[in-house]
Amino acid sequence: MSTLTMDRRSFLRLSGLTGTGLFLSFSLKNGTEVFAASAQAPTGFTPNAFIRIAPDGSVSIYSHKPEVGQGIRTALPMVLAEELEVDWKQVTVIPGDLDPAYSILGMNQSAGGSNSTPTSYDPMRRMGAMGRMMLVAAAAKNWNVSASECVAEAGVVHHKASGRKAGYGELVAVAATLPAPEAKDVVLKDPKSFKLLGTRVGGVDNQKIVTGQPLYGIDTVVPGMKYAVYEKCPVFGGKVVSANLDQIKALPGVRDAFIIEGTDNVTGLVPGVAIVADSTWAAFSARKQLRVTWDEGKFANQSWAGFAAQAKELATKPGATMLRKDGDVAAALSSAAKVVTAEYSYPFISHANLEPQNCTAKVEGDQVELWAPSQNPASGQNLVAQVLGIPRENVKVHIIRAGGGFGRRLSADFMADAAAIAKRAGVPVKVTWTREDDLQHDHFRPGGFHFLKGGVTADGKIAAWQNHFVTFAVGGRPGSGGGINPTEFPARFLANYQTEQTPIDCNIPMGPWRAPGSCVFSWVFQSFIDELAHAAGKDPLQFRLELLGDKDLVADPAPASAPAAGGPPPPAPYNAGRMRGVVKLAGEKLGWGKKLPKGQGQGIAFHFSHRGYIAIGAEVTVANDGSLKVDRVVAACDVGSQIVNLSGAENQVEGSVVDGLSAAWLQDLNIENGRITQGNFDSYPLLRITDAPAVIESHFLLTDNPPSGLGEPVFPPVAPAVCNAIFAATGKRIRTLPFTSNDLRWS
Amino acid sequence: MKYTLNVNGQSRTVDVAPDTPMLWVLRDTLNLTGTKFGCGLGQCGACTIHVGGVPMRSCMLPVSTAVGMKLTTIEGLSPNGDHPLQKTWCDGDVAQCGYCQAGQIMTAAALLASNPQPSDEEINGAMAGNLCRCGTYTRIREGIKRAAAMAAPTA
Repeated sequence: MSTLTMDRRSFLRLSGLTGTGLFLSFSLKNGTEVFAASAQAPTGFTPNAFIRIAPDGSVSIYSHKPEVGQGIRTALPMVLAEELEVDWKQVTVIPGDLDPAYSILGMNQSAGGSNSTPTSYDPMRRMGAMGRMMLVAAAAKNWNVSASECVAEAGVVHHKASGRKAGYGELVAVAATLPAPEAKDVVLKDPKSFKLLGTRVGGVDNQKIVTGQPLYGIDTVVPGMKYAVYEKCPVFGGKVVSANLDQIKALPGVRDAFIIEGTDNVTGLVPGVAIVADSTWAAFSARKQLRVTWDEGKFANQSWAGFAAQAKELATKPGATMLRKDGDVAAALSSAAKVVTAEYSYPFISHANLEPQNCTAKVEGDQVELWAPSQNPASGQNLVAQVLGIPRENVKVHIIRAGGGFGRRLSADFMADAAAIAKRAGVPVKVTWTREDDLQHDHFRPGGFHFLKGGVTADGKIAAWQNHFVTFAVGGRPGSGGGINPTEFPARFLANYQTEQTPIDCNIPMGPWRAPGSCVFSWVFQSFIDELAHAAGKDPLQFRLELLGDKDLVADPAPASAPAAGGPPPPAPYNAGRMRGVVKLAGEKLGWGKKLPKGQGQGIAFHFSHRGYIAIGAEVTVANDGSLKVDRVVAACDVGSQIVNLSGAENQVEGSVVDGLSAAWLQDLNIENGRITQGNFDSYPLLRITDAPAVIESHFLLTDNPPSGLGEPVFPPVAPAVCNAIFAATGKRIRTLPFTSNDLRWS
Repeated sequence: MKYTLNVNGQSRTVDVAPDTPMLWVLRDTLNLTGTKFGCGLGQCGACTIHVGGVPMRSCMLPVSTAVGMKLTTIEGLSPNGDHPLQKTWCDGDVAQCGYCQAGQIMTAAALLASNPQPSDEEINGAMAGNLCRCGTYTRIREGIKRAAAMAAPTA
């Protein structure tokens, strides 16, 4: 296990909470979840900010991470419950608000980068173990025996020698008087004795979900609340010149309409016009009458067609930055047995959370309260404080379950909108984005262009790899996921390798989109590796295993001089051993090498990201008319030694497969005259049940590595595995996303 | 305008504009927020309710035309949240974010009411109008099949 130790100061702060802290209770009022703060210490035992055990033995576990569908509200409380030794049926999970009390032992309240499990697994075990040890100590004290003679099991402490036992509820009064154990003395369970972790546990909100109870940000109702919409300039960076505000204010149900000046930050508070009304529909209806004169600024000419032409032109010149240069690529290409040249491209796409962005805000003087379906409430707190010019501590954030994250809700623009509108309106407001707002004012996954050249030797190995990546930047900085890491595979595995990168400057807001960078680079690189395998006349799976080599850890050579103090740490070595393990497993489970008729094919791809080693095998059928059916997808995943919630893990794998297909097969945003031309799901389709694979298999290879997250790493290798299978079926290589822009007919 | 509606077996009077979609009457006026807003264009199915037992997109249904019809929302699908689909959705841990699932269940409930033992193709056909952004389609299919099996006469 990892050797995380408990910081003494954090520990004392936690211990100090026992019995005296500010606690949050959760109640239902008028059918709406209302959070109420109470300075009264609740009765019971609160060894730390994450646990409360009542005298009746009921156990509350506080979930501090935003829940966006990744299942963390179930998973982390399970980790704590395992160590606390309680029956899961005794446990009530209570969502926590943004609160510094939870940011201990390296944890935070952001849900992104598949970081929640790897950064919280060990600390949550420690929180649970601390509680268990104090309850055992309480029993030992009551019985006047040594704690070492007592054992906790399913919410009961037993003294085996005398046969005495006591439920946790009976022990809380004494436990609350005991000192918390020192960090070094917290004893974790042997993972072999785990009873809950690794089993299939249903999500803690399932019953509320299936009965339609208020649960999501958009369901928030606070007393005196009004409903608002916010119109932004369709051209990114545009500003409001004027609007027919008087006419709008006179419409039925409209309370107010005003201009928000906003800032130049395209991912911050963007300029626009707000309408505040008595209902969502009154606000939506009034907006149809809204006429705004915009100053569209200097980016009103940008277009996807223009970007594509510009990329082709840039590719004829040396790249702006040489990201990495190993060996002599030019010489290796000139002596290669075969050379493959290919251009790969993919468009900007949207996150398309099914719950449109929304936030409810209340501003009183310099105090702000937000109800936000956010993945990163602390960044929202910061942005709102900055926009309103108030201290961060004055911004209280309730973290509400979100209808999908995928990285969109790591941004805080929707929280800034709501706070600025509520301040101006003088009443609490819920700002609801329309689908069109959501699609057109996303922080998009950047599009990109890769100009690749690769050579293979006569004996079927990669002789050289050359890539010129044309990406997108705002103000000179590549968008999130718009920069290649110099260690991105197959870097470090090839003697002759180079990657150059050139940004196109634009004003399109970009943000993290599920497995940023990896979500597209894997498609490009694993497709191109497949091209090289076929050029070499090799079996694509065998070719990959040979590329991965026979070493387990593959690192860059040590730098000649010691790294500068305070500089970034050297990149972690690539664990080729773990990757070979999942590649072999995927091949085995898929039945790799099956003889299939033309029109059917198998494909394989792998990718490392977010600490996870993943291989995907796919089987597809392409009819003569080019219609595609993905018959079967097999995922082989190495995310460490322990799966927390098997059901949740399998769900993430299945969802990543469908999402990977949906994004690559269908999703495509066009840009003309500086604006997104699509508006809703009629012009921006997502994958429907009819095209979802009939079979998705999840296989977990448990290895002796710390448990890591599953929200992202399965996504990247899905599209290339399917494209490689399409090539096997038809001989057609997809080099442009989405699939629908390719002609897959064959005869 | 005042309208008297039959929602989940209760008579409810609302005072809203005639073109207000039932979606917003349910959510903003009647505080029945289980019916979800996803697109406002009948494309995603998150707002599906039953109108006389038929699944309909409440975002496309003006309140003025809903008068006199028997409207059922997810909150009224079963008295105790124990419709076979609600059970299999929990047992099978179908949801990820869960936002679309009320609409999925309403569409599936109407399917099973008219076709108690649907084939995979019939399930796909009936459910094709309901988007799940998280991609839980394999579990949705399974949840429907298990609910159908619960209702099937035992041999």
